[in-house]
Amino acid sequence: MSNKILILFAHPRFESSANNSLLVKHIPDLPEITFHDLYERYPDFNIDIEYEKKLLSDHQIIVWHHPFYWYSAPPILKQWIDLVLEFGWAYGPGGDALDGKIIFHCLTVGGPQSAYNREGYNRFTLMELLSPFYQTAYLCKMVWLPPFTMHGTHRISTEEKIRTAQYYGTLLGMMVRGEFSVNEIKKFTYMNEWIISVTAKISAS
Amino acid sequence: MNFLTQALIYLTAAVICVPLAKRLGMGSVLGYLLAGMLIGPFVFGFIGKEGQDIMHFSEFGVVMMLFLIGLELEPSQFWRMRKSILGMGSIQLVFTSLFIFVLMMILGLEWQVSLAIALAFAMSSTAIVLQTIKEKGLSLSASGQASFSVLLFQDIMVIPVLAILPLIAVKGLTESRHINSSLIGNLPGWMQGLSFVGSVALIFFGGRYLFVPLLRVVARTRLRELFTASSLLLVVSVALLMQVIGLSPALGTFLAGIVLASSEYRHELESDLDPFKGLLLGLFFIGVGASINFGLIGSKPFLISGLVAGVMIIKFLILFATGRIFKVASDQNLLFAFALSQVGEFAFVLLSFSNQLNIIDREWMEIMMAVTAISMTITPLLLLLNERVIDPKFGLKESSDTDNKAAPEIGEHHPVIIAGFGHFGSTIGRFLRANGVESIILDHDSDRVSLLRKMGFKVYYGDATRFDLLQAAGAENAKILIAAIDPPEINQELILTARKHFPDLHIMARAKSRMDAYELIDMGLSDIYRESLHTSVKLAVDVLGKLGQRSYTATRQGQKFMQYDEEALKEMAEHRHDMKQYVLKARETFRLQEEMLAKDLDHETGENDHSWDSEIIRDTLRKIQ
Repeated sequence: MSNKILILFAHPRFESSANNSLLVKHIPDLPEITFHDLYERYPDFNIDIEYEKKLLSDHQIIVWHHPFYWYSAPPILKQWIDLVLEFGWAYGPGGDALDGKIIFHCLTVGGPQSAYNREGYNRFTLMELLSPFYQTAYLCKMVWLPPFTMHGTHRISTEEKIRTAQYYGTLLGMMVRGEFSVNEIKKFTYMNEWIISVTAKISAS
Repeated sequence: MNFLTQALIYLTAAVICVPLAKRLGMGSVLGYLLAGMLIGPFVFGFIGKEGQDIMHFSEFGVVMMLFLIGLELEPSQFWRMRKSILGMGSIQLVFTSLFIFVLMMILGLEWQVSLAIALAFAMSSTAIVLQTIKEKGLSLSASGQASFSVLLFQDIMVIPVLAILPLIAVKGLTESRHINSSLIGNLPGWMQGLSFVGSVALIFFGGRYLFVPLLRVVARTRLRELFTASSLLLVVSVALLMQVIGLSPALGTFLAGIVLASSEYRHELESDLDPFKGLLLGLFFIGVGASINFGLIGSKPFLISGLVAGVMIIKFLILFATGRIFKVASDQNLLFAFALSQVGEFAFVLLSFSNQLNIIDREWMEIMMAVTAISMTITPLLLLLNERVIDPKFGLKESSDTDNKAAPEIGEHHPVIIAGFGHFGSTIGRFLRANGVESIILDHDSDRVSLLRKMGFKVYYGDATRFDLLQAAGAENAKILIAAIDPPEINQELILTARKHFPDLHIMARAKSRMDAYELIDMGLSDIYRESLHTSVKLAVDVLGKLGQRSYTATRQGQKFMQYDEEALKEMAEHRHDMKQYVLKARETFRLQEEMLAKDLDHETGENDHSWDSEIIRDTLRKIQ
């Protein structure tokens, strides 16, 4: 059984983001994957709610793909959440449209992974900081999976970035083909860890 | 009297009478006519018989006016109007002549005399009508178009009429020769026809391939007065050419205007000749006023007043019927019929020509000329009467009969008044209505008014610059007045009136251009909306998008550019007063545009935008490591 993936991409200045260009370039060119560029589509923030709802209904897996700005998402994603996830449709009585759909983040994060813990300068873990999104997914009865991240974008080498981008591509391909188990992935803090372990197993066997 | 004294008299009379007339809402034409009467031989007697000469000289103003009209009319537009020009024009001319001919025959005049008078009286005054229509901003309305068509046809018909008159002159044909000043008058008919075609061709090719290149050379010298001289030279030479071959100079310059309408110097020519036209026309009207022979009127008051009434009633009825046939709406038709009901300036020419041909004797000519002058003087008064009394009653009643519910009740109050409901105002009205805000609309196009009423809009018909109409629309209790009238001068007049009488009313104004916006800023307005700014920036933003730029970035650049442009507008509005030597608008526009472009070079909205750009963070981190 194949899954359809909707990537909700939000970058206010995509043209000068090398990291996200790299990630987007590695998205497999498959009919099952819809890349939806929110800033390009809605430069005036006038989001077409009906169209967005239809897109959501047509896909089984949703990805929020954006840079992690100020411990949150770029404003258009908040606008999208506010407008599209309507009461009685996404949540509340009769709001079952998203019931059982899978959702996770793909994030580029400036600081290194080590900064996101009690002792680091960001003081909170990434999971803690993402809790508003987690809770949003929960209220919409969606299945929340850990984020796929490119950490330390200000410091890491280009080779490292390319490797991460390749993993992103592999991940999406496997999800389309249904080669994953939700419960298995949920054991990891980062989606990256799961995909690395899985691909290592495949190449070993 | 020497030249300076004369100039002093004319100018003083004009400067006093015209603003006074305008202030009383009578229009400039009546002001000039009154000025002429005052300084004429029968009131103060500052000028004597030279009124006629002045008129003769200043008829050149009419010639210039037709040139300017031609300039505003592109050939394709002219072609589109051919049906109404030929149709309305010929119906009006034929039937008016016929009825006046009968009237004259009844008076016991010979048929030749009657015919000459009938043909002369069928003409209306291009000078009065077009000036009035322009002042009222009605050029594009149905009445404006109808008036223009009929007047143009009359101007064309002056030529054959001038040709016919010698044929009906039974006596003194030998004498008439010398007045036929045209060089080709003695040539056989086919040669005359050929020279006519030849001169039209000359105007066409000369205008396009000789005059425009000449203007290019002149423009490069950057001598402003030389450009004005060239413009005058063109009009004078075309007029002279027409006179030589015995055609109407006005018609010739009109053709020249159309030829040059598509040239790049159209606006320059317009702004250069406009003051000359205005002054000469003013002088012409003063001449008409001064030439009214009050002595003659005093000796034959009943005959002359009867003739004026009879002729004007005939003309009015036939014009009204013509409008009906061509389905002009009643309000518009009333205005059209009233506007053209006078005898025009061509009558002076045709009457004196007939006198020279011995068709009509001196006394009758003087009587008829008095009738002409009086009818011209009455026209502005009639129009005033129509505007204030007849039309509001008749027009409003007529329209509200069709849809009584939608007609606004006096005393009904709405927070918003929209003055002018063309493409600009209508968008505002529709949007407000879609958001539950009903507004009162003021518009002076009766066709549009009746349509809007059918659609359930609350529309007042009339001139929004009038205090009483604003008051009737509830300006006292309204919160916002949207000044969205198309011609900037009228819009500004509205703003002035509204501010004077309703100081609490908040005004939000449409500006047609940057220049217009400067003037509104000078008036102290702060809510100014340039009609092209948002649209053109939006288009430019989309161009960036089509060229591959991210649309959100392009949108932000557009927003920043608009903000920058608004700030620059305010700054330059003050700055422009430092340069007093630039008086004429067209020139000033170019200069300000140049300044604007220079300023843009220092301000690149695209650069210095570091939002969401992590390059800086990366660089800084690299440096400290």
